[in-house]
Amino acid sequence: MVQFNLPSNSKIKKGQYYKDKTGSKNIRKVNVYRWDPSKNENPRIDTYEVDMDNCSSKVLDILNKIKNEIDPSIAYRRSCAHGVCGSCAMNMNGKNGLACTKSHSELDGDIDIYPLPHLKVLKDLIGDLSTLYKQYESVEPWLKTTKINDKENIQTKEDRAKLDGLYECIMCACCSTSCPSYWWNGEKYLGPAVLLQAYRWIIDSRDEDRKERLKKVADELKLYRCHTILNCTNACPKGLNPAKAIAEIKKMLATA
Amino acid sequence: MSSYKIIDHEYDVVVLGAGGSGLRAAVGLSEAGLKTACVSKVFPTRSHTSAAQGGISAALGNMGEDDWRWHMYDTVKGADWLGDQDSIEYLCKEAPAAVLELEKYGVPFSRTEDGKIYQRPFGGMTKNYGNETVQRTCAAADRTGHAILHTLYGQALKHNTEFFIEYFALDLIMKDGACKGLIAWNLNDGTIHRFRSHITIIATGGYGKVYYSATSAHTCTGDGNAMVLRAGLPLQDMEFVQFHPTGIYGHGTLISEGVRGEGGYLVNSKGERFMERYAPKAKDLASRDVVSRSIAVEINEGRGIGKEQDHVHLHIDHLDPKVIEERLPGISEASKLFANVDVTKEPIPVVPTVHYNMGGIPTNYKAEVLTVNGSEKTVPGLMAIGEAACVSVHGANRLGSNSLIDLVVFGRAAAKRAAELVKPGMKHDEIDKSETDRCLDRFDKLRNSQGSNPTSELRLSMQKTMQSKCAVFRSEKTLKEGVDQIRKPFEGMESLSVKDKSLIFNTDLVETLEFDNLIRQAITTMDSAYHRKESRGAHAREDFPKRDDENYMQHTLAWCNGSKTKINYRPVHRSTLTNDVQYFPPQERVY
Repeated sequence: MVQFNLPSNSKIKKGQYYKDKTGSKNIRKVNVYRWDPSKNENPRIDTYEVDMDNCSSKVLDILNKIKNEIDPSIAYRRSCAHGVCGSCAMNMNGKNGLACTKSHSELDGDIDIYPLPHLKVLKDLIGDLSTLYKQYESVEPWLKTTKINDKENIQTKEDRAKLDGLYECIMCACCSTSCPSYWWNGEKYLGPAVLLQAYRWIIDSRDEDRKERLKKVADELKLYRCHTILNCTNACPKGLNPAKAIAEIKKMLATA
Repeated sequence: MSSYKIIDHEYDVVVLGAGGSGLRAAVGLSEAGLKTACVSKVFPTRSHTSAAQGGISAALGNMGEDDWRWHMYDTVKGADWLGDQDSIEYLCKEAPAAVLELEKYGVPFSRTEDGKIYQRPFGGMTKNYGNETVQRTCAAADRTGHAILHTLYGQALKHNTEFFIEYFALDLIMKDGACKGLIAWNLNDGTIHRFRSHITIIATGGYGKVYYSATSAHTCTGDGNAMVLRAGLPLQDMEFVQFHPTGIYGHGTLISEGVRGEGGYLVNSKGERFMERYAPKAKDLASRDVVSRSIAVEINEGRGIGKEQDHVHLHIDHLDPKVIEERLPGISEASKLFANVDVTKEPIPVVPTVHYNMGGIPTNYKAEVLTVNGSEKTVPGLMAIGEAACVSVHGANRLGSNSLIDLVVFGRAAAKRAAELVKPGMKHDEIDKSETDRCLDRFDKLRNSQGSNPTSELRLSMQKTMQSKCAVFRSEKTLKEGVDQIRKPFEGMESLSVKDKSLIFNTDLVETLEFDNLIRQAITTMDSAYHRKESRGAHAREDFPKRDDENYMQHTLAWCNGSKTKINYRPVHRSTLTNDVQYFPPQERVY
């Protein structure tokens, strides 16, 4: 019989346990995925006891506390700390989100923090988003217009309103990395984040390239790998609805 | 020293930073046919421009009569006459075209009933040289920075700009007083990259993180400013730090001035709309420094709100929920997330919070970096734009929505100037190895630090000192103490502890390098503030409450070597660029 083995470093081992040193009576255990590319070791889960009496409300505050006070080697991306830059997307207790907007009081029990699922891990909680960025580039995210003059394009309030729920996307990748279709066909299927962006330009009344844009995404793999699982909409930390945007593209193609 | 793998590159121009100004410059450079690299420590759309909310100023006149000269007057006055009026003329005159260009790029601006770009009132923006409020601030709801940043990134992709993303810049390469490029560390694979370029454009943003509480992102560490200091060049007007009147109490998240632009107002514990007392005409829409000081006075005199009486309330619960939903959706979300407040029903607890650095790398209106050597001189091969630069258009206090316009106007100006100076494919100078060695020595020394002071502790000590000694109100006493105390964390670096020694995404080392950058700027800020014995714009001295035009119509220049600073001054430019407008002589500043 054929034997299948997982690659040796895919097994996650138990890591270090960092006991609380503050004497706090209000401790929470935080389990964090760790992997260092410069060491020839398997990934591990380190556990930190965190003093919650002196910790602000978000998961990012916990990570900053660990990095500042317990273990400076832990690696994660973070920047704006209020949900607009999209850096600190990660998986917390099994659900994707932004560490800076996720309140730890909403998470039950011990807190498990992993990188976004199904990305190549670069280090600890830092995932490789280069494929997604290339896919974003492929939808040509810029306005195509032949009007060359020094006046603004006129756009009605109604037409502008069509961009609401689309232009707010912060490209955190929470949606795409929650999508099973994207897990299996991530190289070819554009995924919800990029399709939402594709639709943002398709539906912009100022853009003159709608037909071409639609033609370009109308592909078995690029678009139709969406099986309306709706994990994307459930995962979006900004409350956007990528599944609806994808459905709108499909509808436009069906009625074109 | 460990040996590092060095990879060499040659570009006509290197842009450091991929926020609004860096991207706008990169687009212009690519359009001009120059081989351009854009180096950034974060993916472009993660840059802090994304956090700008309220809007971008330009006298388009979509909502009633407007004139770029009125905009210029407001900016000069907002700057408390410390701005260079030639640069301010350039900014305000170029602003309308720059905004229309953004619209053409695809920025999803909010619209008026007749489909034009929507403009809202903002602090200090007036009609007819200081009369009633004008609607000049172009907005994409309250996510204008985000909308502009993403659109500019799209334009850069359209023009095939070459990006080096998640590269942390270490130092400039200097030769005989000219800049020849820079050295950066690739976080993705740990290699060192040496970029040779005819022009290096610094667009690294502000350094808000020298303070404990700031609206700034964690990444706002002013890396380019510190590189300039290490290259032996001065920073300008560093004492001018803007406190935004409305950061969310306890968390520091920005609540846009657009909130007051749309009709929001501040109240104290007695329920008074106290801004009426401090700025009878402009009220809640006075300049940011004025509003922040007023809040601080209310709190100091015991009219603050809450158990500690240490904040005030911002009301928008009287506005039509539809207006809030359409024009202020982002701040509704932020208030819910960080203050647990439903803005349609309750006020937002707010407090003045560090927000913007008027100071930075001195430049002229063409974005060329200046130094003083007897007289004002440009530094060949070096430009600066955006919050990193001090052009100086914001002088002693920036008006809200003047920063986004600064990014695109001077991003474009830098590209234009570079295209005049550099012809594609010009030959590069040979660079002495000593520049690389000096840079990697510092890097290697920090990386191999085995001492006992964690970076996070030194950073905290710096931030607390800045917060308590260099705040909204300053005095000889607090600043003198600050000048001493701010050197402690610098000295603490002699026994620094860096645990992670690896080279791939070593964020322990990144934060240490950032701290090394921050502390130099903290020192220059404190020392510059100590030496300016007057009150002007954001620099309010309790012991010198008046503006002193006789002695201080001058830009502070601060050099920093280790913890030693040298302070000098250069006169404010007292003329306009053209005859299209007359110089605005200093006046008393009332709102």
